[in-house]
Amino acid sequence: MSKVYLALQDNEESHYIVEAVEEDNPAVTVIYQPAMIRMENEGQMVVRRETVEEKMGRDWEVQSIHVNLITLGGNVEEDDDALTLSWND
Amino acid sequence: MSPKKLSLKEKYSLLTRDLEWEYSYRDYKEIFPQEEFEGIKITDWSKWEDPFRLTMDAYWKYQAEKEKKLYAIFDAFAQNNGQLNVADARYVNAVKLFLTGVSPLEYQAYSGFAQVGRQFGGVGARVACQMQSLDELRHVQTQIHAMSHYNKFFDGLSEFNHMHDRVWYLSVPKSFFDDARSAGPFEYMVAIGFSFEYVLTNLLFVPFMSGAAYNGDMATVTFGFSAQSDEARHMTLGLEIIKFLLEQHPDNVPIVQRWINKWFWRGTRVLTLVAMMMDYMLPNRVMSWKEAFEVYFEEAGGALFKDLARYGIEMPVYAETAIAEKEHLSHQAWSIFYNYTHAAAFHTWMPNEREMDWLSEKYPNTFDRYYRARFEHWREMERAGERFYNPTLPMLCQTCQIPMGFTEMDNPTLIAYRQSVFQGERYNFCSDGCKDIFDHEPQKYVQSWLPVHQIFQGNCGGAEMEDVLAGYYRMNLGTDNLDFHGSPDEQRWNHWHNLQTAAEQMKKAS
Repeated sequence: MSKVYLALQDNEESHYIVEAVEEDNPAVTVIYQPAMIRMENEGQMVVRRETVEEKMGRDWEVQSIHVNLITLGGNVEEDDDALTLSWND
Repeated sequence: MSPKKLSLKEKYSLLTRDLEWEYSYRDYKEIFPQEEFEGIKITDWSKWEDPFRLTMDAYWKYQAEKEKKLYAIFDAFAQNNGQLNVADARYVNAVKLFLTGVSPLEYQAYSGFAQVGRQFGGVGARVACQMQSLDELRHVQTQIHAMSHYNKFFDGLSEFNHMHDRVWYLSVPKSFFDDARSAGPFEYMVAIGFSFEYVLTNLLFVPFMSGAAYNGDMATVTFGFSAQSDEARHMTLGLEIIKFLLEQHPDNVPIVQRWINKWFWRGTRVLTLVAMMMDYMLPNRVMSWKEAFEVYFEEAGGALFKDLARYGIEMPVYAETAIAEKEHLSHQAWSIFYNYTHAAAFHTWMPNEREMDWLSEKYPNTFDRYYRARFEHWREMERAGERFYNPTLPMLCQTCQIPMGFTEMDNPTLIAYRQSVFQGERYNFCSDGCKDIFDHEPQKYVQSWLPVHQIFQGNCGGAEMEDVLAGYYRMNLGTDNLDFHGSPDEQRWNHWHNLQTAAEQMKKAS
């Protein structure tokens, strides 16, 4: 199984997204590097709108992840409720 | 009743696919004349998927938000004299190389995506290319804005655009993009969209930019990450075009594989510049080039090619060579630039003792064995007042245009030479990868504008080095070029920080 990854700018908004990712993907590895946060997971990773909204305490659109996104690896699937990364092994 | 909010999928369908129309009075082939000549077979453009489903309205909204954040930081950086807070003045030479070597490529990409987007019969691909084209224009603009602040305080930045078209080492990135843009539209997409964006740009924008942050350069890290947030979309487009081409027709598979082989190799050669920026030009180091290559090519690229195996696509043919080169690339490249710093618009230097120890630790298999002694010798020469500059002009590889300084990987003390004869003329290459690329399309690469050949042919301002460097390249000699030690950049930096150079300390002590 290969790892998918998602890197965000290290800022206030990203911290809530990271919290949400940790909750929805318990096996995720979070690596803090200068100015960035890199999350890796085997096979798949999901960023759920509902969980992020709960952490932020306000509405959040999945597409607004682009504002804090640095890079990602994996096949992308995005709709109104979630952004999913996956590899087909 | 208020109108129902459209879902992302519905919005994407209306604002992208629904923009297409029937071509009733012109033949399809007249409208899209470049769609077939490369041998790629498209049976159904509607199968094109854009996973991000970004529409123009959302695009403007999020891009505007990114720009506001970015310019707030540029303003703060300028207002707070951010240039004083970088690790040390040597760091700025990485910025110089970035502005002269990389930023003009963003402009080429802008132009390239606008051009190829027009050639695709599918509306989904056209809209995606349009957005990427706008992104790339944004990148070149924000990079010039960010680095214009450094231009007020440091040398070597003012003629970046003029230099990009002329200077010998800048022909390496320039010719890479010229090569892609003079190919067909599908090859361009595989070259830039997939091989460069997906497989390689992470190496440029992620660890290097994280390094910029670690060296106190908030302006660069911010444009870097802001650009990279677009790259995440570009990577997804790049992967999409590959999957689309492979699913459209089995005949596309060998064509795409050959392009992947070619452009992976072309890309790794261009990234040589980044390898030495990371290992030699960042005073505070985050990770070595080797470590970055392991994470962003071997691991991430490995996962990608495993995913593509179901289509019959394999790892790029020279991936193994590139993996072996990670141990040597930055050291060999830095040696070349150290040799020819009198002809470069940025400064080089020999690493200090602490930096050499870091290189030994990060490169336990190679640094002490092949490079340290040479570097210590050069450092001794400099101390003795005989800083080494190579007075000859190097032979360049016909394909990548890098001076022929790379070695064989099974014998790192032997320079790698490959040759091909075409129509009675002999052509030279730095590697099997570069030779293969030439041999497949010799008619294209015999036209390469090789800077050294051009100098010898008298096309670069005159017969003397000064005619070329000062006249044709517009370098300020004695200011932009030569070793960092003794440069005006170093003197100003020391003056700002009340530091003394080693030479001044010696003078005072005596």
